[in-house]
Amino acid sequence: MHHEEESPYHGVMAQFDNPDDLVAAAKATYAAGYRKLDAYSPLPVHGLADAIGYKRTRLPWLVFCMGLLGAIAGYSLCYWVSVIDYPMNIGGRPFHSGPSFIPVTFEVTILFSAMTAAFGMLIANGLPQPYHPVFNVENFARASSDLFFLCIEAEDEKFDLDETTRFLQSLNPQEVSHVEN
Amino acid sequence: MSEAAKTPYKPPVNELGPGQTSYTSITDKISGVVFTKHTPIFWFVSFAIGFLLLHGLMIGAPYLLYEGTGIWGLNNPVGWGWAIINFVWWIGIGHAGTLISAVLLLFRQKWRTSINRAAEAMTIFAVLCAAQFPLLHTGRPWLAAYWLLPYPNSMAMWVNFRSPLIWDVFAVTTYLTVSLVFWYVGLVPDFASFRDRAKNRIAQVVYGFLSLGWRGSAFHWERYELASLILAGLSTPLVLSVHSVVSFDFATGIIPGWHTTIFPPYFVAGAIFAGFAMVLTLMIPLRRVYGLYDFITERHLNNMSKVMLASGLIVAYGYFMEIVIAQYSGSIWEMYMMRNRMGGPYGNYYWALILCNIAVPQLLWFRHFRLHPVWLWFICQFINVGMWLERFIIVVTSLHRDYLPSSWDMFHPTIWDAAIYIGTIGLFTILFFLFIRGFPMISIHEIRTLLKTGNHK
Amino acid sequence: MMPDINSRKQLELADVRDRISSESGQAYWRSLDELAQTDEFAQLVQREFPEQADELKDPVTRRNFLKLMGASFALGGLSGCTIQPGEKIVPQVRAPEDIIPGKPLFYATAYPQHGVGTGILVESHMGRPTKIEGNPLHPASRGGTSGVVQASILDLYDPDRSQTVKNGGRISTWSSFLDNFMHQLGLQGVKEGAGLRILTQTVTSPTQGALLAEIGKKYPKAQWHQYEAVNRDNYHAGSSLAYGRHVNAVYDFSKADLVLSLDSDFANSGPASARYARDFAAKRRVRDGQKAMNRLYVAESSPTATGSLADHRLALGGKAIEALALHIAQALGVSSQGVGQVDSGAPAKWVSALISDLKSHRGRSIVTAGDAASPGVHALVHAINAALGNVGQTVHLSDPIEVQPALHMDSLQTLVSAMDAGQVDLLVILGGNPVYDAPIDLNFADALAKVDTRVHLSLSENETSDQCHWHVPESHYLEAWGDLRSHDGLASIVQPLIEPLYKTKSALDFLAVMADKAGTPGLELVRQYWESQALDANFATYWRRALHDGVLPGTEAVKRTPKVVGAIQLADDFGQMPEEDVVELQLRPDPMVGDGRHANNGWLQETPRPITKLTWDNAALVSPATALRLRLQNERLAELRLGDNTLRVPVWIVPGQADNVVTLHLGFGRQRGGRVAEGSGFNAYLLSTAQQPNGGLGLQINPSFDQYPLACTQEHHSMEGRSLVRESSLEHYKSHPHFVHEGWYAHDPPDDLTLYNRTDHQYDGYAWGMIIDLGSCMGCNACSIACQAENNIPVVGKSQVLNGREMAWIRIDRYYKGELDDPGIVHQPVPCMQCENAPCEVVCPVAATVHSAEGLNDMVYNRCVGTRYCANNCPYKVRRFNFLLYTDKESESLKLQRNPDVTVRSRGVMEKCTYCVQRINMARIEAKTSGKDIADGQIVTACEQACPTESIVFGNINDPQSRVSRYKASELNYGILTDLNTRPRTTYLAGLKNPNPEITES
Repeated sequence: MHHEEESPYHGVMAQFDNPDDLVAAAKATYAAGYRKLDAYSPLPVHGLADAIGYKRTRLPWLVFCMGLLGAIAGYSLCYWVSVIDYPMNIGGRPFHSGPSFIPVTFEVTILFSAMTAAFGMLIANGLPQPYHPVFNVENFARASSDLFFLCIEAEDEKFDLDETTRFLQSLNPQEVSHVEN
Repeated sequence: MSEAAKTPYKPPVNELGPGQTSYTSITDKISGVVFTKHTPIFWFVSFAIGFLLLHGLMIGAPYLLYEGTGIWGLNNPVGWGWAIINFVWWIGIGHAGTLISAVLLLFRQKWRTSINRAAEAMTIFAVLCAAQFPLLHTGRPWLAAYWLLPYPNSMAMWVNFRSPLIWDVFAVTTYLTVSLVFWYVGLVPDFASFRDRAKNRIAQVVYGFLSLGWRGSAFHWERYELASLILAGLSTPLVLSVHSVVSFDFATGIIPGWHTTIFPPYFVAGAIFAGFAMVLTLMIPLRRVYGLYDFITERHLNNMSKVMLASGLIVAYGYFMEIVIAQYSGSIWEMYMMRNRMGGPYGNYYWALILCNIAVPQLLWFRHFRLHPVWLWFICQFINVGMWLERFIIVVTSLHRDYLPSSWDMFHPTIWDAAIYIGTIGLFTILFFLFIRGFPMISIHEIRTLLKTGNHK
Repeated sequence: MMPDINSRKQLELADVRDRISSESGQAYWRSLDELAQTDEFAQLVQREFPEQADELKDPVTRRNFLKLMGASFALGGLSGCTIQPGEKIVPQVRAPEDIIPGKPLFYATAYPQHGVGTGILVESHMGRPTKIEGNPLHPASRGGTSGVVQASILDLYDPDRSQTVKNGGRISTWSSFLDNFMHQLGLQGVKEGAGLRILTQTVTSPTQGALLAEIGKKYPKAQWHQYEAVNRDNYHAGSSLAYGRHVNAVYDFSKADLVLSLDSDFANSGPASARYARDFAAKRRVRDGQKAMNRLYVAESSPTATGSLADHRLALGGKAIEALALHIAQALGVSSQGVGQVDSGAPAKWVSALISDLKSHRGRSIVTAGDAASPGVHALVHAINAALGNVGQTVHLSDPIEVQPALHMDSLQTLVSAMDAGQVDLLVILGGNPVYDAPIDLNFADALAKVDTRVHLSLSENETSDQCHWHVPESHYLEAWGDLRSHDGLASIVQPLIEPLYKTKSALDFLAVMADKAGTPGLELVRQYWESQALDANFATYWRRALHDGVLPGTEAVKRTPKVVGAIQLADDFGQMPEEDVVELQLRPDPMVGDGRHANNGWLQETPRPITKLTWDNAALVSPATALRLRLQNERLAELRLGDNTLRVPVWIVPGQADNVVTLHLGFGRQRGGRVAEGSGFNAYLLSTAQQPNGGLGLQINPSFDQYPLACTQEHHSMEGRSLVRESSLEHYKSHPHFVHEGWYAHDPPDDLTLYNRTDHQYDGYAWGMIIDLGSCMGCNACSIACQAENNIPVVGKSQVLNGREMAWIRIDRYYKGELDDPGIVHQPVPCMQCENAPCEVVCPVAATVHSAEGLNDMVYNRCVGTRYCANNCPYKVRRFNFLLYTDKESESLKLQRNPDVTVRSRGVMEKCTYCVQRINMARIEAKTSGKDIADGQIVTACEQACPTESIVFGNINDPQSRVSRYKASELNYGILTDLNTRPRTTYLAGLKNPNPEITES
């Protein structure tokens, strides 16, 4: 927990009971110049991430490249085994039986790209992450069922505990609470 | 603390039944299935039955390994029997899960969200059952298990990449892996919900562990949805390829009745057909027992029935084309094969197949049958049986009379063929009911999005 | 029905016996001695043994003759030695003198088939005989063997062989047996052997004959009886009818352009079948420039291998065959008395064409009758051959080859009556199993019980041993010294290849002891005998050569040209056709287990019978029409009643069977005799009587609905219009040389048709291929058994065969064509086709079956995981899977039989024909060491080697001079299922028939 020296707080958090209020609040906060924000919701809320300065991920490109790599790996495995390492006369077929190598190539392609997509996402999200300060907020347990939260983090230049708290209250949340580290 | 917190927000509803009015109720309802003191008697009964059936496998498999495949009815012309039939049958069933979760996701079919979780679970368990057969049917799986994988070994031997069975190895393992990952990724946010609602410590730890510390950050959701979309995009061609490859096991053979180019498409259609039937077989009782009427509405039954009807018609077209091709080919082998299927010693199996897979599903043209759970359930049973018969016809009637009449013979299954098949049904049942008991059987976070769509007209 | 002249002769013998018995206290032997001077006896002898009767007239040599006579009444004996001494025996040239590990030696010896020798070479690995081949130098083999000979190696290692002397069923010792037996003999010695009887099977062994003669002198009053259930009584009776004496007929098919077989399976039964089949096939093979074919007419009751080769086949009952024989005989001017005109019911056109054909082939034809045919038929056949001038040309008559020709049934009856009369104190049974195979009405067992001491020598404990006080285990013919005469009298030495596995005795050992030659090893006995024959100045070299070649030159029976007696006396009912619905029962030896002696041989039990394709069981074979009339169904039990005897047997409908004839094979339903024999099939001897040992007319059949599954290896009989077996007539072939690839057969693709780039796989070294001549294959299954012996193929048992899991690497497909009642029968041996585009290889996930550089479709057992995909994808269905652990890994003795060059397969492994790759490798090694290329014919596959008709040819198709290349160049060459572009290396020569235009054109 590297912020500990700087402040005992991770940030200030506002609680809402529906996504629309959250999005509105997020936009307002961003407009107010806050940049180190995060919003928490029990379901994906469209436009929310963009509202708090989400940058496009390059995951799709990574997936594509790994897929390509899979394709090459798959076909070269077939080719190397059947033509170079141990060529055998199997049913009079040519050593390089191209069409027969396609299914394996295809499956390996899918395998590589799918794994990349899944684990790439987790890594990009920094998961698994057993501890996070926001869990210290009493109501946050309901962030996974029916409550919505907006958190301004202490790292933000504009962050000032009282100032920020007041600002959030101005967005008529159900409640504002301080997030301890 | 503020007043607003007392009265939960109520958006209007369209996708869900009237009972589901708030995020709270959704979460309560679905997690209630797991976090309950009163497991319905139905669950215990089903589990017990499953456990009973499982003995077929627990006794049959060891005996098979001890004695060899001779305990089955296999013989010289008919080298493949129930093992391969069951393998294809299970794989086919498995496909519905992926199709529902992936294809319908790509098509933005919101209604899928109520059923995709269970369907995916079904996929995984079905593939697990299926995967046992190719190994068991060698009678010496300890060899098959590792010789089928290409790895550098002391014999300097490699697998034969020209063999459809190797394609199977790659296709099925890839399919199982990807399905598992897709399923788990989908489960992560719901595990988080469970983690946060769990009262007992162990549950908290376990679900906490499974949820990977998910906290619903907006950034996470963004990447999460992207990844899900990519996975869906990848799973769709995958599921098509898997059953195509399975059909290659036959299509690349030279046996009349196997050597057919139409197999891949009509196997895939058959998979959808069988898969939806199995989904309904499972969901209709669960819907009743756990009162999930708000999640699995008549609309769901209706849509799934329509999918079955459509894929059923494609399958019927496949059967028809088999006949046309056989006659049109002018090949005496093909023509005899078709005659033998319809009028040979296994003729009544063929006509039973036509009844189950073509005749009976036509009832689905009528809205009454599509919406009536009991009727629908029984129609699904016909389809489950029919799809098994389809594989029986393909495997057995093609093999038992091929090229040289001198080698023609009949196939007589033994009790051990049946025992191991029933055993896998038991295994499937057990796994599925364990899943219901411990996992969110409906994707909670996706259901929530349905609720949300309410006020975004 | 014994024809008159027979019964007359019997009467005289009876007279003789009466005279003896009337002379109270007078002993048979001495009385014979006296009788020898009486006229009747002289006459009797004149008729029986004229050539020796000359000696009789000469007082000087009379003693020799009496010695001979004495021998025939002598006793068996036993040898004192308990361990076979390891004499040096002489290996065949083609193998090195001294044993090199991994290099088999080949020895020449002879196989006793109903007492008659068939020359064989035995492959021995480090002292273990493992495989039997035909001996090219032996007249009864010429290199080929029958399936029965092939399988005899298994009897040697049969785990059920008896291994120790037994007394009253309790294990005993040889010495305690000796004490008892010698004591008994001593008592008999006092009585000059009056209470002694010895029962043997047919004896042709000259050495045994000599010993018997000496024993005859020692125990003058003893009697020697001979009995085999499947005997040549009718033949002997017939030749006595025709020539008034015993003659031995030897056929020379290599000179015959026309053959008529009256119920004779000459190509597949009898000691000379391999030779006969070889010569016969050679005359009808349209290859190597030969353009002519012989013609075969067959009239038989139940379809046989020979019958399926016929150009014209008639299905006739026994009486109809008699009538046909008479009809032909009369047409050829043979005079007979007893019956006048008869009608066989055979198509007039058929018979007249046959007769004119015979007339136009004088001296170039053979007429032959089956052993079971009535004496009259045999007599007529003799006369017909004489009338056609075949005698001396294609049919050679000679003195009998038996030491003592005898009518076995009479001999047995005499013994039984003696036993019933309590005249027998000590009975020595050398081989045979009379308790099982004697006619039921003789009650042999009851009579036997009246004998004080009963001694039985046999390979394994059987029904008879159970009824005897002493059971002595017999040595297998590969364990003991001996000698045998072949069908033409040529003698061979029986060399042992291995010390007896157990403490066993040979018949020769017995006789030696009784002839006071105890301790003389078998080798000495045999050698001394032949030395005494003074056949060659330098006996040492002669003997060595004889052992080496497997034949004793100059020992052939003397050829005779006797004259047929004036008119042949036929029985009153000869050729008299029975009423419409009278059913005839025919008891015949099983094509595989024979009279039951091979019943414990798993290979033979499981080998499909040539026509019925049944295994493990016998069944009442009936024609479709008869089945319809009597409401009989396949695999349903029916009660057969002949006279007072009944038997319930399953029914099997056989197209080509004569109507109203039920054929039931002997040799099954053994009560005792080993795990394999016991409980398989039904004991047909329960229907045989002394009067009608081969069955007879008036069979009652009561069908029932009780199921009895029969293990048939081929369920489907029609070719379904598929061009698998292609055949035509010689005429059509001459006008349309390319018929094999025309019309319906025209769908074979061109050889260069391919989607693939073939440059990857050029077969430019050796390229092995095989061709099978369907024109001469008779479906005898010798190849199949040879393959089983060579390649360690397991026996799977009836239940597995029922489930279609037989393991044969080469099977013979049998198809019927034409009408159901008179079908044509075609055979097609199907080994692995060794396809160049093998469908099986492509689908194997672990590359357990791949192609060799020489084009072999190799099976890698230790790589196989058992997916069975290859078997599914093999359009020829030649792959065999070990569904269970079929190989017997328990029985130690069976391990000795296995071919060390061939892997023994375990459970879960696929296997199939390898073209005998071990033999190919052996040849390759030899070629490498000698620096020469592998010559054509240097590699001979097991099936090719065994095939009596030389229908299978293997070789290098890249060598244009090799036989296989030459035959594949023939217009008759074709492959099956080539439209699948499998490019099979095994191809076929289309079958050709040579029908008589007079019959075919309507």
